[in-house]
Amino acid sequence: MSLDPEVVRVLAFLVGVIAFAALNAAYLVWLERKEAGHIQRRIGPKEVGPFGLLQPLADGAKLMTKQLIVPDGVDPVLFKIAPIMVMVPAIMSFVTIPFSDTLVARNIDIGLLVIFAFASVNVLGLLLGAWGSRNKYAIISAARVVSQNVAYEIPMLVTVVTLVMITGTMNLHEIVMSQQGGFWNWNILRLNASPLMPISFLIFFVCMLAETNRAPFDMAEAESELIAGAFTEYPGMGFGVFFMGEYANIVIGACLATILFLGGWQCPFGLYPGVHWFLIKIYAIIFTVIWIRWTFPRTTFYSLLNLSWKILIPISFFNLILTSAMLKVF
Amino acid sequence: MSAFAQSQTNETFVLNLGPQHPATHGVLRVKLVMDGEYVVEAEPVLGYIHRMHEKMGENRTWAQFLPNTGRMDYLHALAFNHGYVTAVERAAGIEVAERAEYIRVITNELNRISSHLLWFGAFVLDLGGFSPLLYAFDDREHILDLLESVTGSRLTYCYYRFGGVYNDIDDGFLAGTTAFIKRLRDRMPMYHNLVTKNIIMMKRLEGIGPVSAEMCRKYGATGPVARGSGIDFDLRKHEPYSVYSEFDFEVPVYTECDSMARYMVRMDEIEQSMRIIEQAVAKLPDGPFMTPKVSKIVKPPKGDYYNAVETARGSFGIRLVSDGTNTPYRLKLRSPTFSNLSLFGEASRGMLLPDALALMGSLDLVIPEIDR
Amino acid sequence: MIDYFKEIISGTWSLFVGMAITIRYFFQPVVTVQYPHETLPMPPRFRGHIDLVKDEESGQSKCIVCGMCQKACPSGCITLAGEKPEGGKGKVLTKYILDFTKCSLCGLCVESCKPEAIAFSRDYNLAGLNRNDYVFDLIKRMEERN
Repeated sequence: MSLDPEVVRVLAFLVGVIAFAALNAAYLVWLERKEAGHIQRRIGPKEVGPFGLLQPLADGAKLMTKQLIVPDGVDPVLFKIAPIMVMVPAIMSFVTIPFSDTLVARNIDIGLLVIFAFASVNVLGLLLGAWGSRNKYAIISAARVVSQNVAYEIPMLVTVVTLVMITGTMNLHEIVMSQQGGFWNWNILRLNASPLMPISFLIFFVCMLAETNRAPFDMAEAESELIAGAFTEYPGMGFGVFFMGEYANIVIGACLATILFLGGWQCPFGLYPGVHWFLIKIYAIIFTVIWIRWTFPRTTFYSLLNLSWKILIPISFFNLILTSAMLKVF
Repeated sequence: MSAFAQSQTNETFVLNLGPQHPATHGVLRVKLVMDGEYVVEAEPVLGYIHRMHEKMGENRTWAQFLPNTGRMDYLHALAFNHGYVTAVERAAGIEVAERAEYIRVITNELNRISSHLLWFGAFVLDLGGFSPLLYAFDDREHILDLLESVTGSRLTYCYYRFGGVYNDIDDGFLAGTTAFIKRLRDRMPMYHNLVTKNIIMMKRLEGIGPVSAEMCRKYGATGPVARGSGIDFDLRKHEPYSVYSEFDFEVPVYTECDSMARYMVRMDEIEQSMRIIEQAVAKLPDGPFMTPKVSKIVKPPKGDYYNAVETARGSFGIRLVSDGTNTPYRLKLRSPTFSNLSLFGEASRGMLLPDALALMGSLDLVIPEIDR
Repeated sequence: MIDYFKEIISGTWSLFVGMAITIRYFFQPVVTVQYPHETLPMPPRFRGHIDLVKDEESGQSKCIVCGMCQKACPSGCITLAGEKPEGGKGKVLTKYILDFTKCSLCGLCVESCKPEAIAFSRDYNLAGLNRNDYVFDLIKRMEERN
């Protein structure tokens, strides 16, 4: 009996995607601690393995051996389902991401839409977890998460709509292919389509930070205000899964920024395109995300909303109108 | 009070901030009545680290109380040392060696800088910025090394004695101090670029947490909190003790009354302290570091004495009642943070939780000093 | 309207200035000491717990059992006793117990000691499983030191 090659392909990609997401989550923690250390002029993890490279394993072992306490009075179903609801959509989003010309699990025409659809579920997971854990800090955090995500999805989507207008497709593979040839063809520098494209990228980047609850927009966690926000009551691996979900979301955000603005797997000079360029670009973005976190203080909730409604949304709408006008004229 | 907070009906809930909470820097508990994220009422609950320092004073000789003073405000321990030592010296009529006065000023101001640096780091940490804390610690570490080389201890110095100081300072210390001041001068623009001028920081501090001069007077707030509200009052300048009257320095006063004003007062005070140290190092006289022939057993004559000094957080007052024996009859301490914290309840009303925490951070609370 | 754009631009610029500072530190060498692997020397005036000083000539403690340290100690952690040897002059120390669990390392005892018979120890790696580990018999410690 021979297996259907399609089934083998799907299984291989499933394993690959989960492994990629999990490995990234584990080693981004290491990267974060190491980078934070050096920014603060200390070393960071170094005891477990060379350069502390086995630290994620030690962290994982520690989290997994902890007792999974379900506190009294929580909603047990919501409490247990919430971490999964954060993790699963993050992994699902990887399905449509093209790592290179051939390396993609499923190339679908509405890939972009699928990712945004899954990204919204992530918020739901946080909201349910916070609501279910019967903690006042968690509930404050839940309220923040929802309004933050509502506020930031708008400028993000408007920016993406601008891009879709320029490239004329929602297929991620085709979006990358349209940026072939060199860095002057990348969407971030397509000044002939709209002179505001670099600003557009900045807006997208800021929204990505806010969507993934990263500092300086980490309102949901805000450890000096809300202790651990939505995760306050989560012990051991419950917290661990949330954490992995967060990091997986950062990877998705970085992938999306790379594909939409930085030419995906294309080489800046048109030479040897491939998966290595894609990885270099996403890790450069992730490095910047971590660098930002260890530089800035946290914003407050209302200045975050002010930034979104008074600055990002007007500018992104202006860019949308400008782009459509320029597309019509030229 | 915001309109939102006024319109609340019974939709409030009580949030216990502390005794273990990352923003309270110790075991302070604040009972908050919240309406959503708005603070309707805030009530600080004290006493979690009460150690009866005042009562301990009544059971010890005058000299034996010295180690206690550094353990109240562990961040500016030398000022508390100074306050107590000066109070007893004034009561017992002990003269202080001139060199010792200068040594006291140098070490005291170094300690003030270290306290402000730690506050700076912890305050930015309260606002969610991590790295400035470590940078400030890097600088503070140099001060601790310097003070350790003269006092033998890094935090609870217990360095001053009735009539002088415990140990003389050497040229190595003076050279180290001068080098450190140069280093910190070079680093201050970095702090301002990284934190003060940062737009996120400005948005979080400017106009947030107003504490009016009237409120400061009502609650007896002193130190940078009062000076950030336009009250020009610094004991070093206005009721000079020790040899502070011989130095040329300014008292930074800001009239904005917000968290940014309090922040700026402290940052400017670091600069002023550096100026004082420079002058004191230049003027340092030779001579004994301790008045010779001060009796080991101090017995202030019967009476009631009060003395106050300026610590990094405000006026530290000490009232001594002596009955002529070798132990104090009563020893009442007025710690600055206690008064500064008292205004938190009124000032934070109607604020958002993160802003209230920024206000609390800007008050520079040291909990063991509040509870004593 | 101009203020609006001015604020956006100056605000964004301030963020980039901050990031330039942190990335500069990222590439600078670390300043921390990797403690268990490397240690710093203790300064000469380091105030540890106290130890008895040995008289080089007699090999005995310099202590004259005046009890000043015991009186000076605010926490009452010092217990000492001595006896008059047959025909000798002055007292000889027979017992010197330091209860380090109560000690606040203030150094008043060292200051009060006229014959300079006690000095600060350089030990700072003090860890134990039992509180009785910290009731030091200083005479024993002095004898063990050589």
